[in-house]
Amino acid sequence: MASSNAVLSENKRPRGEMTSGNMAFAEAMRQINPDVVAAYPITPSTEIPMKFAEFVADGLVDTEYITVESEHSAITACVGASVSGARVMTASSANGVGLMHEIFPIAAAFRAPIVFGLVNRTLGAPININCDHSDSMPERDSGWIQIYCEDAQEVYDSALLAIRLAEHRDVLTPVFVCQDGFITSHCYEAVEFLSDEDVREFVGTREARYPLLDVDNPVSYGSFVTSEYYFEIKRNQIEGMNNVMRVYGDISNELASLTGREYQPLDCYRTDDADYVIVIMSSAAGVVKDVADELRAGGVKAGCVRVRMFRPFPAKEISSALSGKKGVAVLDRSASPGGVSPLAAEVRSALYMSCRYGFVPVSEFIYGLGGRDLFPSDVERVFKGLMAEDYSSGASYIGLRDKNGGAEGGDGDGSR
Amino acid sequence: MGVVNVRELTGKSNPLAEGHRMCPGCGAPTALRQAFMGMDSPVVVVGATGCLEVSTTVYPYSSWRAPFLHVAFENAGAAVSGVVAAHRAMSRKKLFREEIKFVAFGGDGGTYDIGFQSLSGALERGHDFTYICYNNQGYMNTGAQRSGATPRSANTTTSPAGILAPGKLQRAKNLTEIAAAHNIPYVAQTTLHDPLDLIRKVRRAVETPGPAFVNILVPCALFWKINPADQVKICRLAADSKFWPIYEVVNGERVVSYTPKKPVPVEDFLRAQGRYAHLFAGGGVRRDLIDQAQADVDAEWENLTQNRRSS
Repeated sequence: MASSNAVLSENKRPRGEMTSGNMAFAEAMRQINPDVVAAYPITPSTEIPMKFAEFVADGLVDTEYITVESEHSAITACVGASVSGARVMTASSANGVGLMHEIFPIAAAFRAPIVFGLVNRTLGAPININCDHSDSMPERDSGWIQIYCEDAQEVYDSALLAIRLAEHRDVLTPVFVCQDGFITSHCYEAVEFLSDEDVREFVGTREARYPLLDVDNPVSYGSFVTSEYYFEIKRNQIEGMNNVMRVYGDISNELASLTGREYQPLDCYRTDDADYVIVIMSSAAGVVKDVADELRAGGVKAGCVRVRMFRPFPAKEISSALSGKKGVAVLDRSASPGGVSPLAAEVRSALYMSCRYGFVPVSEFIYGLGGRDLFPSDVERVFKGLMAEDYSSGASYIGLRDKNGGAEGGDGDGSR
Repeated sequence: MGVVNVRELTGKSNPLAEGHRMCPGCGAPTALRQAFMGMDSPVVVVGATGCLEVSTTVYPYSSWRAPFLHVAFENAGAAVSGVVAAHRAMSRKKLFREEIKFVAFGGDGGTYDIGFQSLSGALERGHDFTYICYNNQGYMNTGAQRSGATPRSANTTTSPAGILAPGKLQRAKNLTEIAAAHNIPYVAQTTLHDPLDLIRKVRRAVETPGPAFVNILVPCALFWKINPADQVKICRLAADSKFWPIYEVVNGERVVSYTPKKPVPVEDFLRAQGRYAHLFAGGGVRRDLIDQAQADVDAEWENLTQNRRSS
């Protein structure tokens, strides 16, 4: 289960259906029944458009399904449909996301509330089909909301949440619902689904404000705008993102009243009294939580913060969760060569303003590129480094072979 | 297609308003305004990045009386696919009017080159829309670079006529035939030689269910280096020299819609434009290249009239 409140007693354990992250997202799409889906196959997200094609073929949805000739056309067709007034969903991964890059800011600027199942996979080269976050991280400034899920249940719940969040009048911003490729997308686990009726009632219907198809009230989208007006238009768009946290809370509470599952922008696990905290995203948080439990059994006050919402970044929440800690390690599943890794940069930045209440050292680690697993022993080593006050200025690598073929073990500056 | 009364049509409100910022003598707004004259239904317009898109949407104004969408340069085909799909889904729910027609346009850069893939995909999928290429044979919005539509020997800023190279070295690709090879129901090629021909063709294109492609040769007065007032004259030379054959492909059948009674040599078409001035400069006429241009035209016409196309 994703959230910390989900520690349920045996008799309350949900009787979920065995399914995968991809299937959970596809099932959410069936229940949401969007007007238009445009998608293109790419591993590991392919199952989503495949499964959805079955729903279309069997008449289980009313959707116009466009099987485009590239990801660039997929996202473009989504934009065309969304500004037309339609409710629109799609999915992709890795190079597909990269090919779409040009159109993401256009979708955001059009305030096109597209909901996008992003199944994280590394961007080559070398070509590799497994998980890291190097495909979604370059899109963090595209103007899209980014939600990273820990498991298939969270993927399902987040797809429903995302529709309401994206289409909210004060937000009108597209959403990436991210899950880890293969680890979450293909592993089968118990997922509780809402009834079709509950989903339809929860998501409602989209009420587009300026639909292109309203020929009696014509609007122009995609105008040429000079420097005289461009800045104000961009600022208005950013206001939509700034409204997300407020709107998200209401929608999240509403969904929680239906499901009993609540998702905060941050998933704080045993952090209140913790001395040492690891900050991480997506599926690998489970390993960190397990190790924290084990360390606590040995008297070490360890905790985990899982960043669920990366855009907008919950900086205030991070700051209050981490201030006063003896040591923090941020584990990034993507690198920013020549700079600070994306999550570490955000965490350090969030803590900067609370420096006056005490400095919190933040170490930066890179793990899991190209789908390399994160083991409990790796996490334990990171916690022990924090306890030994072994901080480095640069990023350290976890689980990386050294030049001689041995394991480095993540304990050296730059090659720690 | 019925009788077209031009006087009546010019009196109707046009989706593309008279006020826009295109250059004097540019053929693109002429072509699009004529195209819309043939349409009775309300229209939604999708445009690729280019002169026409930029010059008709300068914020806070818009020259479009109809709904207008521009997403980017290479994807008008995909964008209109999404709009058409949304219309199908939502008119079923009675949310929008059913009788709307969909027109996408792009220049030759946005159609022959960077937008080729998304156009091909949209034609293959069979959405009900009409794509109009306003083809001025180069990237005029960025200052006359060569495109896949630029003809041999034309002087452009990326295929300049120099000491060694006499302008563009390659032939233009034949996108009209490539569109026809998608086995779509209607493809046509025309220019501004005769408004009735253009109006009839676009009317037929939008009334044909499924995808239709119309390739319209339009002069760029600035970079073809012609007198803006000679817009129609140049287009007539293009048609009368058979440089730009006027024809349509209806369900795979090629029909020539204009056979010049008094064909003129292609040299007349070339000589009328500054972009070919280097062929005629300083007494050293490049007869070889002019003959090559005539040979290209003759071969093309022969293929067309003998219906030797594979389809």
